[in-house]
Formats: sequence, C-alpha cells, structure tokens
Amino acid sequence: MKSTQQLERQLKRRSKAAKLEIWGRMVSLTALLLIVAVVVGIIGFVASKGIATFTSNHVNLWDFLSGKNWNPGITDAHGKPEVGALPMIVGSFLITILSALVATPFAIGTAVFMNEISPNKGAKILQPVTELLVGIPSVVYGFIGLSVVVPTTRALFGGSGFGILSGTCVLFVMILPTVTSMSADALRAVPRYYREASLALGATQWQTIYKVVLRAATPGLMTAVVFGMARAFGEALAVQMVIGNAALMPNSLVSPSSTLTSVLTTGIGNTVMGSLQNNALWSLALVLLLMSLVFNLIIRLIGRKGRLQ
Amino acid sequence: MNSKTQNKVAIGGLYGIAGFVVLILLALLGFILVSGVPQLSWHFLTAPGKAFLKGGGVGVQLFNSFYLLILAMLISFPIALGAAIYLYEYAKDNWLTTTIRTAIEILSSLPSVVVGLFGFLFFVVKLHLGFSILSGAFALTFFNLPLLARSIEDSLRTVSDVQREGGLALGLSRWETVSRVILPAAVPSILTGVILSAGRVFGEAAALIYTAGQSAPALNFADWNPFNISSPLNPMRPAETLAVHIWKINSEGIMPDAKAISSGSSAVLVIAILLFNFAARYLGKRLYKRLTSA
Repeated sequence: MKSTQQLERQLKRRSKAAKLEIWGRMVSLTALLLIVAVVVGIIGFVASKGIATFTSNHVNLWDFLSGKNWNPGITDAHGKPEVGALPMIVGSFLITILSALVATPFAIGTAVFMNEISPNKGAKILQPVTELLVGIPSVVYGFIGLSVVVPTTRALFGGSGFGILSGTCVLFVMILPTVTSMSADALRAVPRYYREASLALGATQWQTIYKVVLRAATPGLMTAVVFGMARAFGEALAVQMVIGNAALMPNSLVSPSSTLTSVLTTGIGNTVMGSLQNNALWSLALVLLLMSLVFNLIIRLIGRKGRLQ
Repeated sequence: MNSKTQNKVAIGGLYGIAGFVVLILLALLGFILVSGVPQLSWHFLTAPGKAFLKGGGVGVQLFNSFYLLILAMLISFPIALGAAIYLYEYAKDNWLTTTIRTAIEILSSLPSVVVGLFGFLFFVVKLHLGFSILSGAFALTFFNLPLLARSIEDSLRTVSDVQREGGLALGLSRWETVSRVILPAAVPSILTGVILSAGRVFGEAAALIYTAGQSAPALNFADWNPFNISSPLNPMRPAETLAVHIWKINSEGIMPDAKAISSGSSAVLVIAILLFNFAARYLGKRLYKRLTSA
C-alpha cells in the first residue's frame, strides 16, 4: 500500500518546470497588477483630495467652474472664498486649441511629405528630426521660449511678452513631432492600392493625396491631433515659464495669464496641506486629470468609429 | 488653375512645410549648442551651485540626475518587464485584459505634473519620505512604467511566433520559452527601448519638483556611506536634478548668471539625450548582429 501511495504522490507532484511556470506567471501578473494599482491609486487619491473643496469647504461646484476671481486666501463680499477657476480653465483650453490649430497643418504636411512625396528623404531626414524633437526635454523648450520667444513677442506686440501667444508658440513646437509621427503612422496604414487606383484614374499626385489618402486616413489623423492636444493640455513647466502666471481672464493673446498646470506648479508648494488654498489647487489637479481622461475617451471613440467604416 | 499647376503648387507647399520643420530643429539645436557649449567647462560640470554669486556649477545636480535615473530604471524595469510578459505571453484576449490595457494607456497619458502631485501626496506626505531621492525615483517610475511596458511589449511582438512554437514543441514550459527563447531574441530591441526611455526620464522635471525637491545640498564626494546625510548615495536627501535646476533658476533664481547657467545646463541635457539616442541605435544594431548572427 505504501508504495502505491508513494507512487501516487510522485506522479501528482509538480515537476520543477511546472513550479517555475507558476512562479513566473505569478511574478509577471503581480507586476501587471502593480501598474493597475498605481493607476487606481493616482485617480483615487487626486479625486479624494480634489473633492474636498466641495465637500469640506462647501464651495459650490458651479461657482468654482464659472467664477472669474482666483484668490483662494481672500473671501468676497458675501463671505465666500474667491475660488473661480474659469481663468485657468479658459487659459488651458485656449492654449491647447490654438497650438493644435497651428501645429496640425505643419504636422500633417510633414507626414504627407514623409509618406507620399519623398519617402527616401522622409526616412533619412524627417524621421530622425521628429525623433530628436520629441527627445528635447520640456524645460529646455521653456528656457528657449523664455529667452527667444518672449522677447520677440515683446518686441512685436508690446506688453511683457508673457502670455497665451508665447505659450502657443512653445507648445506648437512641442506637440509638432508627436502629431507628425502619429499622422505618418495613420498615412502608412492606408493601403497602397488606394493610391494606385486613384493615379490610374488619371488623378494627379496632389488630387490623390487630398481626395483619397487624407480622407481614408482621417480617423487616424484626428487621433493624432487629439493626442497632441492632450499633451499640450497637460504640459506644465514649459508653459509656466512663458505664460506670465497671472490668474486673470486672458483679455488678449499677449497679456499675462495662466493655465491649470502653471497654477499647480507655482502654487502647491506655497500652501498648507488641508487648507482651502491647497484644496482648491487639488481641485484644479482633478480637473486636469478628468480632462486627460476625456481626451483618452475621445481617442477611443474616434478609433472605434474608424474601425466601423 | 488647372490640376497640373495645382499639383505643382501643392507639392511645392509640402516641400516648404517639411523644410520649415527641419529648420525648426536646426534652429533649436543651434541655439542650445551655440549659447550653451561655451559655458561648459570642467569647473561648471563638477562645482557645486552658488545661490547668490556668479560662477556656480551644476556638479551636484548632474550627479543627482544620473543617480535618480539609475534608481528609477532599477525599480521600473523589472515591473515593466513582468507586466509586458504577462500581457503579451499569458493574458487571454478578454474584457479584463482590455481593461488593464486601458488603465496602462490612461497612466501613460496622464500629465506628468499630476503624477508628480500624486507622488507628493503619497510618498512625501503620507509615507513621510519627505522631499527625497526615493520619492523622486518612485514618481519617475510611475511616469516611466507605462511607456516602458509598452515598448517592451512591442519588442516581444517582434519575436516571431515560430520561436514560441519551437520552444513549446521541445517540451519547454511557457515560462521557460519566454525566459530562454523569447527574451534573448528580444534583448536588442528591449535595450533600445530602455535607453530611449532613459533619455525621457533624464529630462523630466514636472514629476520631480514636488517629489525630489528643489534644493541641492552640497555633497561630500569622499563619503560613500548611504546613511550619512551628506553622502551622495543617501536616498533620503532632497535632490534637485539638472532639469529641475533649469526651471528653478529661470522662474525664481536670483543668481546673476542664471542665463549662462541655464544655457550650459540645457546644452548638457540635450547632449546627454542625443548620446542616449545614438547609443540606443548603435547598441541595438550591434547586439542584434551579435545575438542573432544575422
């Protein structure tokens, strides 16, 4: 009897390889779950801090989103704290949309050049150029903005030179390579026979590009632009260095203003944890986080629509 | 205008746009190198900074940048590798996997300032790590993880399925196939991804200003005991990196030669990142040749 039991145990025992397999699987699964935990943690923590302004300081959500005065330390005539985030929200959106408007034609133009007109020069020159542009750190962009763009704006339009216009110039260069390389991917995905069919019908190269290739690649190009906008919306230091950091409604493109990110970078170190001033800043961070989720959602929706067609 | 002239005009315009983009890069690099390289000297690269006087260097910041980079890579690489292996080699294609992929995508699209603020809240305040190298390394890890995981997954994808089938047909377990067959074949491309992400981490500042801090206390480079406060290896000391330094002296610096120091530091950053880029290409190709006898 004993020997059968031994045999059974021997046969049912996991081999070394099987143990290793389970171990490897567990380790890699743990690593993956760790990343998921980080995501959940970030969203949870920032959300719980950001909501505190409304739950424990009893600020009205609508006042927060539509108020034009940002001065969390001071209370207004009605005894309510001045936490109107509209100037920063407007600043962020304005700078994002403007830089995307400027960058899109350049990015798509470059992508078309790389793919359709001169693939050879595209691979040899433009591909490395976009890769290097992506690699330049954002503080360096900010520093160049501060020492070149701001003085130029000042000389051309007067004022201090700090403002939305300078921020747009800096962000334009920063998102250009991202949008370009993603647009190039989108164009590359257009099947070759689309072009051949169009050219065979007697269309010129430009007609082929404009009427066939760009149309077919539209969902991909839109994804690229939204991606660039998400990057512009979240960019902090480069923008903070050139925008002037005045929490006022921007009344012109060259007046100092601020964005969500710029107020966060300058403010969070100068406020006391748990105070209203600090909580209001975390609410701005929450707005930033939610917008980044919205951009993500838009990209997903475009992707789904692109697949259906 | 007939379609032929239109064609010519449009293509001319596209040439112009492409040329303009190249010109932007040349102007940027030219500006950084022309204004920055003359500032570089042995003294500048090694001397500690001075807060109010001219002639300070960036020695401490430069060391901090590399130390943080190495720590962040040491923490993030194993996690990213594990996650990528599970996602590509093990995970079934179901809703759970899709959700996890979405989560990783969300993490990669979060603004780095939000990641930094979370690091501040969690490590600096909740875990009482203070403004320290350790907090900074964790924040950089979070910033780096999704991008690195995706790049490793792409590397795994480049290894053909024939290799996996071969491994399994020889009776190897899945894990053995991955660790003995797939990973060695993917090493060159993984290495390229790691070096490129190192370049990104090296230049990151927004995630660090509230985690690793904005001050660089003088270090005693003769003291390598990690438990002494002035030791370069002490992970609990505040550590301003080169990228944070550029931001700091431009937004609130009071030293008279802030501009010269920022130019020099920018040049160091950009040159380092160019080197990372070239190293990634060169080593990737070299290793690929050696490991695959192609």
